[in-house]
Amino acid sequence: MNFQNLPKLTFWRALLAVILAAGFYSTLLRFTKGLGAATALSDRFPWGLWIGFDVLCGVGLAAGGFTLAAIVYIFHLQRFHPILRPSILTAFLGYALVAVALLYDLGRPDRIWHPLVMWNPHSVMFEVAWCVTLYLMVLALEFSPVVFKRFRMEKPLRLIESLTIPLVIAGVLLSTLHQSSLGSLFLIVPEKLHPYWYSPLLPVFFFASAVSVGLAMVIFESNLSAHAFGREIEMPLLAVLGKAMAVVLGLYGLLRFQDLWGRGALVHLREPSTETVLFVLEVVLGLLVPLPLLFVRRLRENRQGLFAIAVLVITGFLLNRLNVSITGLEASAGTHYFPRWTEVAVTLSIVGVGFLLFALAVRYLGVFESVAAREEGSPSSDGLLAPRA
Amino acid sequence: MSKSILVDTTRCIGCGACAAACKMVNGLLTEEAGAAKGQSGNSLTEGDLVTFAQSHGELGGELSAKALNVVEEHGAVFVRRFCMHCLDPTCVSVCPVGAMRKTAAGPVIYEADRCMGCRYCMMACPFGTPRYEWNVTLPKVKKCTMCASRQAKGLQPACTEVCPVQAGIFGEREELLREAEDRLKQKPSGYVQHIYGKEEVGGTSVLYLSAVPFEQLGFPAHMPHDALPMYTYRVLAKIPNLVTLGGALLGGIWWITNRREEVARAEKRDGNKEQGRVDRPLELTTED
Repeated sequence: MNFQNLPKLTFWRALLAVILAAGFYSTLLRFTKGLGAATALSDRFPWGLWIGFDVLCGVGLAAGGFTLAAIVYIFHLQRFHPILRPSILTAFLGYALVAVALLYDLGRPDRIWHPLVMWNPHSVMFEVAWCVTLYLMVLALEFSPVVFKRFRMEKPLRLIESLTIPLVIAGVLLSTLHQSSLGSLFLIVPEKLHPYWYSPLLPVFFFASAVSVGLAMVIFESNLSAHAFGREIEMPLLAVLGKAMAVVLGLYGLLRFQDLWGRGALVHLREPSTETVLFVLEVVLGLLVPLPLLFVRRLRENRQGLFAIAVLVITGFLLNRLNVSITGLEASAGTHYFPRWTEVAVTLSIVGVGFLLFALAVRYLGVFESVAAREEGSPSSDGLLAPRA
Repeated sequence: MSKSILVDTTRCIGCGACAAACKMVNGLLTEEAGAAKGQSGNSLTEGDLVTFAQSHGELGGELSAKALNVVEEHGAVFVRRFCMHCLDPTCVSVCPVGAMRKTAAGPVIYEADRCMGCRYCMMACPFGTPRYEWNVTLPKVKKCTMCASRQAKGLQPACTEVCPVQAGIFGEREELLREAEDRLKQKPSGYVQHIYGKEEVGGTSVLYLSAVPFEQLGFPAHMPHDALPMYTYRVLAKIPNLVTLGGALLGGIWWITNRREEVARAEKRDGNKEQGRVDRPLELTTED
């Protein structure tokens, strides 16, 4: 056996291996013994980490795809093209992994296709299921040119290119619908969800925070990719995205404050409860700290500064989604929920596989354009994700 | 026509016969139930059901996949809890595959064949009624069905059939409301002057009377009088509009910004022509 041909065992690879091993065991437990054995879920607390993080956060974190596609194709800001392709890949992987997470959380994952043929249009979840299914198809089509080009399939390439604009418009509409609908899921529990988070504006909040975290994820992913694959980072582009993120965050912050004030929810700040602590943490990390920092040009145009701000925005987003789906519901449920290690193992495995697939796609599918390829120009059109002059 | 159940907690003696009867007809009895285990709900006569239930009464416990009707103790008061069979059920509106259904007769039933186990009904139900089979590989949601299959045969629900003191009675909602209002009028100091379920979340098919405040008996207080499905419907109804207007807006923005590109290209080309560079035909396609 030639040891020189084996991949190097780095810290991250070792960590991934451990996580995947734990995830494998948890998977076996989940599917042989049921949800009760593999999770801390209960009759009083039927939704936990796999919905709160894997689905609610996962879908939001993948929002960079539709945002950037709109920027490049609807607003015709071509200079953002270099970061479009990896964003679409992140989105595609993100949504695909959400589907995997659902296979774990559903009591009957073999019936995940039921909403496609059994309809209840009154249900927000029905709408989410349809939008996510359709959007996965749109994402697959938007990413297909990368595959077609790699395997030199000219005709399919040309066909997809002709569908660019309708696909992007469909993608933006579908994303707007399901990002906001994930918030709408919680409209039905006004007496259960804590006033810090219950609002008739939940769909608007979820949409706005998805757009801002999508931009933060583009910044985050660009930095990690530059580091991991030794590429240059497109700082000027990211700085502009930082500005856009500031605007969206600012609007979101204003709306939330206005809503909290108007509903008299801020009186609860006097209560020294877990809800208050987590609410304050969410607002401070996700809004009060990053927002002013984004207006400081020196920070916004600095690679590490912008990266740190993006991490804060992402953390605030994660806290918000977990607060809405878990923290805010504990008091009315009359019980506490904390995920079992097996739930965490599955979640981390899914995230780990996401990183792995991203790296494989970069290595084998040419996700990042090299400067050389761009200067050469492409004689035939490359479709959606082609470099543009 | 809407069949309902009226539970008068001032009459309940806590014998738990209703809980036992419910388990018998739903096949939820444990091995310890003894001789009765051998008899299926179908072959049991009504008399046998009453005898069994009244001698195997079960008190206490929480609603679960194996207990669809439980008798709780709150101080000196016994309260039996089961599905409220709401008039505009939240569970029915949230189920993505329509596995929960409000029947014309009144009961809210569950179609196990449709269910994919998303548990949104459990999340959404304001009374926390639906329960889950957490430790089974092919799990189902479990809740009281007001014995819809017995009603279809002209029988009343097992729980009201076996109650020795008629604390729970079965009938048309209108009649039961009148009966409840009568009792409130006849003994004003003997009851809290409120029929729980008359207006809560748009009204329920299961109604309660009590001598003590309902919150003390574990009922959720401050229930809106609006049925909860309205909270989501108000938003969902805006979607078709959002899609059409949004699509038009995005298409319009694309179109406007696209024209600018074409003009820029044309101007550049004119500039190139002057300097003798090769001309490319103006492309008026969707190429951007």
